[in-house]
Amino acid sequence: MKKLINRVEDVVSESIEGLVLANPDLVRYEREPFFVYRASSQTKEKVALVSGGGSGHEPLHGGYVGYGMLDAACPGEIFTSPVPDQIVSAVKKVDHGAGVLLIVKNYTGDVMNFEMAHEILEMEGIKVERVIVSDDVAVEDSLYTTGRRGVGGTVLLEKIVGAAAEEGWDLERVKDLAERVAGRVRSMGLALSSCTVPAKGSPTFALGHDEIELGIGIHGEPGRKRIPKQPADTLTEMLTQPIIDDLALTSGDSVIALVNGMGGTPLMELYIVYRKLEQLLRERGIAIQRNLVGNYITSLEMQGVSITLLKADEEILAFWDLPVHTSALRWGM
Amino acid sequence: MIDTARLKAWLRRYAELIHVHKDELTALDATIGDADHGTNMDRGMQAVLHILGDEEDANENIRPAELLKQVAMVLISKVGGASGPLYGTAFLRMAQAVGEKEQLNEEDIAQMFAAGLNGMKERGKADLGDKTMVDAYARAVSALSSSLAEGFPLKESLAQAISAAKEGSDQTIPLIARKGRASYLGERSRGHRDPGSLSTVYLFEAALVFAGEGEINHA
Repeated sequence: MKKLINRVEDVVSESIEGLVLANPDLVRYEREPFFVYRASSQTKEKVALVSGGGSGHEPLHGGYVGYGMLDAACPGEIFTSPVPDQIVSAVKKVDHGAGVLLIVKNYTGDVMNFEMAHEILEMEGIKVERVIVSDDVAVEDSLYTTGRRGVGGTVLLEKIVGAAAEEGWDLERVKDLAERVAGRVRSMGLALSSCTVPAKGSPTFALGHDEIELGIGIHGEPGRKRIPKQPADTLTEMLTQPIIDDLALTSGDSVIALVNGMGGTPLMELYIVYRKLEQLLRERGIAIQRNLVGNYITSLEMQGVSITLLKADEEILAFWDLPVHTSALRWGM
Repeated sequence: MIDTARLKAWLRRYAELIHVHKDELTALDATIGDADHGTNMDRGMQAVLHILGDEEDANENIRPAELLKQVAMVLISKVGGASGPLYGTAFLRMAQAVGEKEQLNEEDIAQMFAAGLNGMKERGKADLGDKTMVDAYARAVSALSSSLAEGFPLKESLAQAISAAKEGSDQTIPLIARKGRASYLGERSRGHRDPGSLSTVYLFEAALVFAGEGEINHA
């Protein structure tokens, strides 16, 4: 294993230390329990947004703490959910009485740890609501299983709902908006290579030189199936069509599109994917109103890409355009 | 009778088994999960060892329930992932089940494990056949209770529970995962053992110390 790390057990804490040193005007952190929160003290009463999850997905979630997005983020060990202590402490730090929305990606561990934290916080009389993001169309949805994973849709949801909270919406409305966004965002990804979890030291799965994992998540877990390598245009279509079908997008619809790198993909290749995505949607009369192309939710050094489409409307676009100032996403201020 | 000191011996043995099998558990998880089950359980059980203190520690005057609750809190705050809340909730329920008792008899031990199973099932919303730790745990609990009910001594009953847990873990291999990260693989989760079912086998294997077997030799 060759990585720019020191001791394996210090990877997460040293990375967050660096994030905070690089952005002293934006974020601070507490060590025990471990969480990142906004540097600026709240001047107005607003609903606080708290998320978290395993580390290794940078910039998610610490990179999205700041004006217009999250109030705090709880980093777990690499690919491991944070624990209830972290979530409870983070919520108490950023709650100013207007209540807190927990944004949880749909993974068994994350859901259980946030659920335990939620129970503890309610016992202490803190107003808390929870939204679960499960946007990955590669996984079949079913009442009897864990259901779909939360992936790229999380980034778009945190931006849009963060803007509504900044506008002073109350907890109930913020939660409803979060549910609405979660209901209209879908993603799918693929990997050209696996990734190496530092504590393990070797790649999570082995992939031949001419093989691709289709339908991956963000934890280096194997995908739904393995296929021979294909040109970028074919692969882009393989990711896009299931999303279009699932969202039942038709001519005249508007979307926000995210073409996301898994950590080890050159931006050059992401633009090749975006080029085809734009063409596929245009042919179907679907307009990309806003887009992001880059590494926004990653899987360590994995080579790969995910596509996320959010069926937009005027309200969603208006919140999207409002100012945001975090270390990973910034516009309008 | 089993007192706090004996429960501590069980937990020490469990920590040792997890430590020894850490890489095996992680390798199983790499195949159908996210390659951290061994690492996470080892981190949690090393933290549990820390609160157990020295073997000659005078801190043995706490009741079994208090010890089990402390273990639960350590697992919940140190393990993370799904295993932390699942094992943590199991130990919390074990603590509730033993109540105020200073000493536990064989039936108390069986009830303690059964309560842990219920906690685990509720937290994970999982049942037999979902390809999870429940597949090993549930079989171990029923083997333990029925063996004791038939009048077998604790040692034989624990041996029955261990082989039932192993059998349950083996039976996860052909299943399609319905819970946890392996469920994302769908059909591809077939043919691989659930790592959580194996860490559960070790939990029962360690319990042989209740019958004076398998203790760590510090000589």
